[in-house]
Formats: sequence, C-alpha cells, structure tokens
Amino acid sequence: MTLNRNTRIAAVVAFLAIVFIAVPAVISLSGRFDLYYTLTSVALLSIASAGVWLTFYIGRINIGQGAYALTGGYVSAILVMNHGWSFWLTLPAAGLFCAAASVLIGLPILRLRGVYFAMVTLVLTEVARLLALALPITNGAKGIVSIPLPGALSVFGITLIPDFATLQNSRLAFYLLAVTLMVVCFAIMYRLVNSRIGKLCQSLQQNEELASSIGVNIAYLRVIAYAVSSFFGGVSGAIFAAISQSIYPSSFTVTDSVNFMLNCFLGGLGYVFGPMLGTLVLYFGWDLLFQTGRFQLLIYSGLMIVLMLVLPNGLLSLAETTRKKG
Amino acid sequence: MAEMLEVSGITKRFGGLVAVNNVSFSVREKEILSVIGPNGAGKSTLFKLISSFLRPTTGEVRLKGERISGLAPHIAARRGVVRTFQETTIFKNMSVRDNVIIAHHLRSKASLFGFFLGTGTAKADEAAFGQSADEILALLGLSSLAHEIARNLPHGHLRALGIAIGLATNPSILLLDEPFAGMNHDETMRMVEMVRRLRERGLTILLVEHDMPAVMKISDRLVVLNFGQKIAEGTPSEIQANDKVIEAYLGSEDEAIGL
Ligand SMILES: Nc1ncnc2c1ncn2[C@@H]1O[C@H](COP(=O)(O)OP(=O)(O)O)[C@@H](O)[C@H]1O
Ligand SMILES: [Mg+2]
Repeated sequence: MTLNRNTRIAAVVAFLAIVFIAVPAVISLSGRFDLYYTLTSVALLSIASAGVWLTFYIGRINIGQGAYALTGGYVSAILVMNHGWSFWLTLPAAGLFCAAASVLIGLPILRLRGVYFAMVTLVLTEVARLLALALPITNGAKGIVSIPLPGALSVFGITLIPDFATLQNSRLAFYLLAVTLMVVCFAIMYRLVNSRIGKLCQSLQQNEELASSIGVNIAYLRVIAYAVSSFFGGVSGAIFAAISQSIYPSSFTVTDSVNFMLNCFLGGLGYVFGPMLGTLVLYFGWDLLFQTGRFQLLIYSGLMIVLMLVLPNGLLSLAETTRKKG
Repeated sequence: MAEMLEVSGITKRFGGLVAVNNVSFSVREKEILSVIGPNGAGKSTLFKLISSFLRPTTGEVRLKGERISGLAPHIAARRGVVRTFQETTIFKNMSVRDNVIIAHHLRSKASLFGFFLGTGTAKADEAAFGQSADEILALLGLSSLAHEIARNLPHGHLRALGIAIGLATNPSILLLDEPFAGMNHDETMRMVEMVRRLRERGLTILLVEHDMPAVMKISDRLVVLNFGQKIAEGTPSEIQANDKVIEAYLGSEDEAIGL
C-alpha cells in the first residue's frame, strides 16, 4: 500500500496507542479481564498466520503451520521442564528449532506446487500430532502439564521483565508480551515485503522459471521464506504453551492449520497486515456466532464462502477501493 | 572473432524420443546466430540445454571454455547465459519498470540481509538498478509504459519487455526463443533493428525464429535442425541454397525459407 510517509507514521502511532494504552485502559475500566485472553490469542494466532501469509507470498499454499506451532510449544515446554531453561531463552530456541526443521522438510517439499504442496503440508500437521503422541519425550496423550509461568528476565542484573508468577495480573503481562511480539513480527514482515526481498518473493509467486532465468536462486529463497514462516509458527506455539501452562498433541490440529490459512485469505493475500485483520475478524466472528448455538458452524462457513466470493482479495481490498475512489 | 559458446555433441532424450541428437556448433563473439527448423525439430529444447534448464543426456556446452550445461538456470545466468522464453514470459502483476528492476538481481552487491536492513550498499544497488532499468526501457521503446502493470501490455510490447528482462541481467550471450512470434510486419522490423542494436552494444545473440525473411535479414549464420539433428550450418545465402534444408521444409519451401 502506498500511503505517504506522514500518514504511515500516524497510522503506526495510532495503532501502538490503541494496543498498548487504549485496550488495557478500556479493559480495566469495564472489568472485562477475560478479553485479555481473547486478544492475546488473536495476537499469537496472527503471528502464526503471518508466517503462512509469507509462504503464500512465494506462491505456496501452506496448511501446515499447526505442525510448527505444536513443535514450538513442545520445544519450549521440554526445555523449561526437563532442562530448566528460562522461558525467555526457549522462545528463540523454539523459533530456531522450527526454522531448522522447516529447512530440512522444505528442501524436498518446496519443489511441489499448488495443491500438491498444500496436501503435503496438511499431512505435516497430522504427522506432528502423531509424533507428539508417539515420542517418549513428549509424554504421549497426557502431554506436558504444570509448566511454570515465565520467570524474570534479567540482563546484567537489571530486571527487564518481572517473574510472571509474582504479578497480580499475569493476563495483562501475557497480553503485552503477545502484542509486543506481534508488532515486532509485523514490522519484520512489512520491511521484508517492502524491501527488494518482497519483490523477489513476488517474482517467485508470479513465475518461478523466469525468476531462475534472471539468476534468482529460487530454491534458496523459498527455503528462507519457509524458515521465517515456521519461525513465527514456533514462537507463537511456545507462548501458547506458556499461557496455558500445558501442551498436548491436540493443542494444534489440522483445524488450526486451516484457520491460519483462512485468516490470510480473509484479510487479503496482497496485504502484509491482512493476516492480522483476518485473525481478529475470524476469531471474534466465531465467538459472536456462539449465540447461534448449533447453527454456529453452518453460518460461519456460509459467511466465509460469501466473503470469498464478494471479496476475493480480502477485507483490506475494501480499504484500497475506498481510497482510490476518494 | 573469438569463439564464445561451444556446443559439442549434445543429445537430449525424453524417454524414447531423441529431441536433440548429437548437435555441435559454435557461436562467435558478437555474432547473431539463428537456429531454424520445422516445428518439433528440437530448437526450444536446445535452448533449454544451453541455459541449463534441462540437463543433457550426453554432450556439453562451454562458454569461453567453461562448462555451463547440466548446472542450474540461475548459475548459467550468473555465468552470462540468459534465455528469454518462447511463451511470453514476464512477471505479470508487476509494473513494467519493476519487471526490469527485479531482473537486475545478478548485479546486486548487497546480500538479502543487506536489503532487509536497507544498508548503504543496498540503497546504492536500488538506485543503480532504477537508472539502468530506465535506460533499458528507453532502448526498447518502453519508457512511456514504465508504470503500466505488465499484464496489460499489448503483445508486441510484451515481447520487448521479455527482452528487456533478459538484458537487465547483463548477459554475455542472450538466447531469444521466437522473439518475433505474433508480431506484425512493422513490429518485426522494429524488433530486428532492436536486436541489431543489441549486438552493436557488444552482445552475442542466439535466436530461434520462424519468420524466415526476418531471420535471413538479421543473422550472420544459421544452424538448421530437423528431427533433432543438425542438417546444415552456414550464412543465409548458403542455407537458402542448401538442398537438405529445402527438403526439410518440403511443401512450403519457397515461401518458408524466403527464396
Ligand atoms: N519436457 C519434454 N518431455 C517430453 N518431450 C518433450 C519435452 N520437451 C519437448 N519435447 C519433445 O521434443 C521435441 C522437440 O521439441 P521442441 O524443442 O519444443 O521443438 P521446437 O522448439 O523446435 O518446435 C518435440 O517432439 C517435443 O514434443
Ligand atoms: Mg519451440
């Protein structure tokens, strides 16, 4: 999107003010503390969805992000429980582990295109679940429970983040953590997409043969994009495990993988901030439809279909058309 | 004139079909050499072998003595062999200028991470690419269309854009697969002029083309393929007088090879 510089800065400042000041203020005034949990989930899911969006950006339909979220959750939980690591260290570790795994998995499967890649990634989520059930280290169906809350984070004796267990309101702390990471993640995505790397990714999406004929190492670029994508999945899963203080083989399933993808579709595949908006709308939309009882899924699916027909380029394409008219 | 590219004994089998059969020839520096032959003769396959899009069954291709076949397309491109496609091949959802800018990839000095951070080198690269892209667009008469989305271009301009993309990689040898296909007479003549100008700028050009009058006009030498085999090689006038060639084009020979 080509907003001018001042508008962009104003938009960023407004967004930061809303998520860091306005939302906590409104929640504490209204006493709806449960919203923290909801919004934290939205922020984390949008990080995982941002990863999926990046794989879309290189022309691959990724229905496997659940596998990396699950892996990230387990990596963090195991490092904390079995090896006594600080949660804060397990966060990058979970991301890096997933990125490394995705390089090994991606090298062969990223050659596949279209529905073939999509199917393999779908299977990947199921493979991750079955592995979590089968491996001794993940403790089977019982999962890993009673994970302690994140401890204090100190650098050179200065406490940057207090021990979550000592906080009165750990929900606010998790919210701030999730939102901060979301902001960082989308800042990285924005920069990626608006630098030359974004153009290179687009060149892959539009024509891989031509891209390689102009000297682009397409295999390398695909793997990099997929690794960044999986890193985001792993980090988001690790925080989920820390919030719920538990992780099970069923914590992330095929449904989650599909939802990550839908979030991207709904927000708009052409817009960096699409996955963020998509996640917010889908998550709250689903909750609102809860009133409709057993029709919830039916109405939800119907609305999704209508939205995709009416707005094939996602919700954010609305904003663009409005601006062009104005 | 020095030998630029050497194709020696190259063969490509697809299952039982021998698409290219033991073909050898060489291309000199700053030469325009055309490969002609009936449909299915193996011309496009030959180009794919030279640009490492396909791996030869046997034989090899050398550029200035260095083997460039059997690698990967992006490596062949890095060594200076770049191909444009028979089908109109562009990045259709990018602007014309962005198409050409992205094709400067091989010239970037900054790393991917450098581009992410926006280092000085990356900014210098971007500026240089923009400037060079504008020059290339001017050379190919595309300046006024620079900000069009590529998919909206008329056919003739799409071909020109395909060539602009090839040029942006700064190749030492450019492989053009049917650059005049689908063009009317005027467009073809303009493109012929263009290809000549490229050669004057020091480029070596290898061409596959069906438009015989254009080929005869533009080429220094020709290689003729039929059923995957080389049946003749020589100057336009030698080829026009060659019995085997006339036979290969039997039926419409007079018109087809522009006698
Ligand atoms: N990837 C492929 N797999 C199998 N056969 C192919 C392939 N590419 C080309 N061929 C066959 O090889 C022969 C030469 O094709 P091609 O090089 O495209 O001919 P030309 O460009 O001279 O018209 C044709 O018979 C074609 O069907
Ligand atoms: Mg052909």
